[in-house]
Amino acid sequence: MALHALTIHELQEMLAKGQVSAVEVTRDVLGRIEKVEDKVKAYITLDPELALQQAEAADKKLKDGTGGPLCGIPVSIKDVLCTDGIRTTCGSRILENFVPPYDATSILKLKQADAVLVGKVAMDEFAMGSTSENCAFGPPKNPWNRNYICGGSSGGSAASVAADECIASLGTDTGGSIRQPASHCGVVGLKPTYGRVSRYGLVAFASSLDQIGPLTKDVTDCAVMMNVISGYDANDSTSVPREVPDFRNALKKDLQGMKIGIPREYFLEGLDPEVEKNVQKGIELLREAGAETVEVSLPHTEYCVAVYYLIAPAEASSNLARYDGVKYGFRDMSSDSLLDMYRNSRSQGFGDEVKRRIIIGTYALSSGYYDAYYKKASQVRTLITEDYRKVFETCDVLVSPVTPTPAWKLAEKIDDPLSVYLSDILTISANLAGIPGISVPCGFSGEGLPIGLQIQGAHFQEEKLLNVAYNLEQRLNISHLRPNNL
Amino acid sequence: MKITPEEVSHVANLARLRLSPEEVEVMAKQLHDILTYVAKLNELDTRGITPTTHAISIVNAFREDEVKPSLDREKTLANGPQQDGEFFVVPRVI
Repeated sequence: MALHALTIHELQEMLAKGQVSAVEVTRDVLGRIEKVEDKVKAYITLDPELALQQAEAADKKLKDGTGGPLCGIPVSIKDVLCTDGIRTTCGSRILENFVPPYDATSILKLKQADAVLVGKVAMDEFAMGSTSENCAFGPPKNPWNRNYICGGSSGGSAASVAADECIASLGTDTGGSIRQPASHCGVVGLKPTYGRVSRYGLVAFASSLDQIGPLTKDVTDCAVMMNVISGYDANDSTSVPREVPDFRNALKKDLQGMKIGIPREYFLEGLDPEVEKNVQKGIELLREAGAETVEVSLPHTEYCVAVYYLIAPAEASSNLARYDGVKYGFRDMSSDSLLDMYRNSRSQGFGDEVKRRIIIGTYALSSGYYDAYYKKASQVRTLITEDYRKVFETCDVLVSPVTPTPAWKLAEKIDDPLSVYLSDILTISANLAGIPGISVPCGFSGEGLPIGLQIQGAHFQEEKLLNVAYNLEQRLNISHLRPNNL
Repeated sequence: MKITPEEVSHVANLARLRLSPEEVEVMAKQLHDILTYVAKLNELDTRGITPTTHAISIVNAFREDEVKPSLDREKTLANGPQQDGEFFVVPRVI
């Protein structure tokens, strides 16, 4: 098997034994990018020279025996995480030339683990979207079928992993933006508990919902990445001081004693029959692994989209006020007055979806509407959180589909934002409640598009999620499958 | 509730966005659809329910007020669309 097709844990072993060098691995991944990137369009910014420099440094450390846990592993980074000296666009014209003067904490941790940063990958502008089509430099394509969306907003992350254009990737998830593209591209994607991973240096979309997490080729790799990026950070006042376990120890042979809740509201009317069939098959395998399953109810699920599309835009309208053309980002140079400069810079720099969300958010927060919209949504958010608290008194994790349908065709829903918003119905609640959720591949549609299975757990129960995902992966044995038409 | 193009223009102005008349029309319709959808929250009685602003409650993330190094000026100014080596330059304000 080619080096680029291997996992982190496979390469770790080969690198440690000296069977291969970090430079060879990186060259192989760069070669793969050269071959398929024209078709996939996962990357916004690539720096092969810098990648090779990092690989050379990694080889030195491997020789000394001082290499970190990701020594010599090529990773891609969603272009929403600040990278010192490397352009960070957020998929937006307004940040087209923005070069951050510092690293996000998660990037610093990757560097301290001696990972090789290959480049920055495509995303919906400011992480607003579910298709990656709202990318000013895209869109990336689904490697399994390039007429289809790869999902979003971490679409470039999912596509680059699925197409073997990196070994693993970092994405972010505000309403499903790691889990949904992971599901559509047939890779593993974990949104950790809010506060588990520092958000310092993550360009903010909706601060109470955003969370950084890994997209990987298998569950073991996901655990390896979580070991590296998790932990308290004094630079993020919302990160939680809590010990980080070795997530690899969570992966067990079976699921004896595990109680799995099946939330009835997640098997909604309109759920694609192929999605339902594959998820049910996955649940059956989890039972065979020793888990007990029980039907549960999360009665406020149907309100989560409405809550999210008020709270997230409200927070975004405030966060994105910083793009004023003064300290960084695009400025319209023709404006004579400050007010005109603000208006012109923002109107030319932002894309349609971002403008739409700023306007929804500004409306929901504006005088006279605050109670009816923002406050009401925040109260229903409490009800959604309470639903989870109650079910996690009786079961360890929840298993469901990730998305109501497999990926749809590019441009199919581009003029109908509400229908795209509604597709997030199965992933949004986890962000509202701050709980962790993972998407793990569970099969394919008749057209050969991947389908994921979602596992959610209570706050800081990532270990249970990983164990259940691992057991499914072992019994399905499909994690080695790759798109064969690239 | 019907959202008028005038309301969209008003909100766009609050958000410091300039929209063309065509954009205002499209936005008014889309905003109307979205607000009609979110009105579904009114089915729920939320009297007395405490709003959630953060999913994980952390109280007072205090730290000592210590002097630490900050970004150097040159690096900080480097992204400024217009700067003079000391300050960011903006159109005349007064």
